[in-house]
Amino acid sequence: MNPVPVTSVQARFTRTPLVVRKERQQAAVRLVLLAMAVLMVLPLVAIVGHLVVQAWPALSWEFLVDVPRRGMTEGGIWPALVGTVYLVFISLAVSAPIGVLAAIYLNEYARDNWFTRAINLAVITLAGVPSIVHALFGLGAFVYAARFGYSILAASLTLAIMTLPVIIASTREALAAVPVAFREACWNVGATRWQTIRAIVLPNSISGILTGVILQVSRAAGETAPILFTGAVFFKAVQRGDLFPYRLTDQCMALSMHLYTVSTQVPNVREAIPWATAVVLLGAVLAVNAAAIALRVWLRNRKRW
Amino acid sequence: MNAATPKIAVKDLSLAYSGTEVIHGITFDVRPNEILGIIGPARSGKTSLLRCLNRTIDFIAGARVAGEIRIDGADIRAVRDVHALRRTIGMVAPLPVGLPLSIYDNVAFAPRCAGLTRRADLDPLVERCLRQAALWDEVKDRLGSLGTALSGGQQQRLTIARALSHQPEILCLDEFSIAIDPVTTMRIEDVLRELRREITIILVTNLTHQARRLTDRTMFLWNGRIIELDRSDVIFSDQPSRQETLEYVNGIFG
Repeated sequence: MNPVPVTSVQARFTRTPLVVRKERQQAAVRLVLLAMAVLMVLPLVAIVGHLVVQAWPALSWEFLVDVPRRGMTEGGIWPALVGTVYLVFISLAVSAPIGVLAAIYLNEYARDNWFTRAINLAVITLAGVPSIVHALFGLGAFVYAARFGYSILAASLTLAIMTLPVIIASTREALAAVPVAFREACWNVGATRWQTIRAIVLPNSISGILTGVILQVSRAAGETAPILFTGAVFFKAVQRGDLFPYRLTDQCMALSMHLYTVSTQVPNVREAIPWATAVVLLGAVLAVNAAAIALRVWLRNRKRW
Repeated sequence: MNAATPKIAVKDLSLAYSGTEVIHGITFDVRPNEILGIIGPARSGKTSLLRCLNRTIDFIAGARVAGEIRIDGADIRAVRDVHALRRTIGMVAPLPVGLPLSIYDNVAFAPRCAGLTRRADLDPLVERCLRQAALWDEVKDRLGSLGTALSGGQQQRLTIARALSHQPEILCLDEFSIAIDPVTTMRIEDVLRELRREITIILVTNLTHQARRLTDRTMFLWNGRIIELDRSDVIFSDQPSRQETLEYVNGIFG
């Protein structure tokens, strides 16, 4: 066979008008998509930048550990900060175990029957309920019916019910990502469902499960309505820097609620204080999310297939 | 146990997935220490039949089994411990599945589930199973590395080692050699010939040469029915009793 002439090879790869048009199209699409991605980041940068600039005069270690002074117009946010930590930890201590175990049941044990479908429907519905409705439910169920009164307990349980369906959904997703073939291989050698879950399914889904739970921290910390109705309070006298100022039956202050009060309810607040409160809330949420990402990266590096 | 008692007795077995019947009342025996080949085109019910034997069919939603399967005379629906039943049957699936555990733990998984935890018991067992699966020489220096990091063919042999690890009385191989090279396949076939002195083997295969080489009897399954079950030298001869068998074996089916 004769060698193919060089010119004809070049001819085969010449940029025809069609190719040029496709390349332009390609570049245009790319540009639009890039613009959207940048557009999405801009508001975040603007919000954070604006907040930090406005809050700067008030931001200090003192602001974190001091109590509000002079009718909340000066001083710090310690009681609100600790209150939020209380609410978040207690609510997740309730919702995380229940949610994870329920998800394991639904994904690994439940047969596809009317009962399972009813539970699934309930989970989806519960996830779509607005937080103000959760608040009313918490008020009726925990404050009055269960006689917990306006308290950290009632507020935490309300937050727990709010975060529960999302934890169930994210856990199920993490479990479903473990290939069925692994489970079948275990069953074939006589492993029980639980032995299979413990040895194979959980170790390979734990990163997704934990990430889902941690992301609910920021949601529980940020919501105002559910705690406003059930246990958060305008002001609570607390020792400066006291780590355990509240009992379960106490009402407490919380960051989200505090932000609302100092922004709208209290006259003559030093201007930087609401901004600084927002920065602390946002900072805490971002820190928790960053921790979740770090944890996921760490666990994923240990993933074994 | 006298020699006439079948190792496995299947009677009028039917299987339906969500109302669609895929196995239509089949009856056959597997004799002790024989190698029974099962051949048949895709979707003829071979894999489903194996799932019925070790009752992993229980895990499949909507599956309904009718009829009777007896192993050593005992009805498998009546067994008290279904996990012990599954351990009497070694199951090798067509696609290799290394569990996301170390090579050692892959093989030690089943014995551990059954309650065997002493290292002194596990070590020789793991070595023996890996040797039988013709994998020992390749992995003996890295038993701690991940089973999922092995090549496809190695993972398939790991699957075989795992199926032997719970010391089954029956070994079911479902097209075990599709991911393995011919040389290794031959080595494993030698192992199977060794094993049949102690255990009964069911070999699902679409390689007619393999079935001819290894099996004592062969069952031709088609669309959930047994077309023919006879000595392999009859099935693979020029004169099986059914025309369909001849056509299928010679690749002119349909």
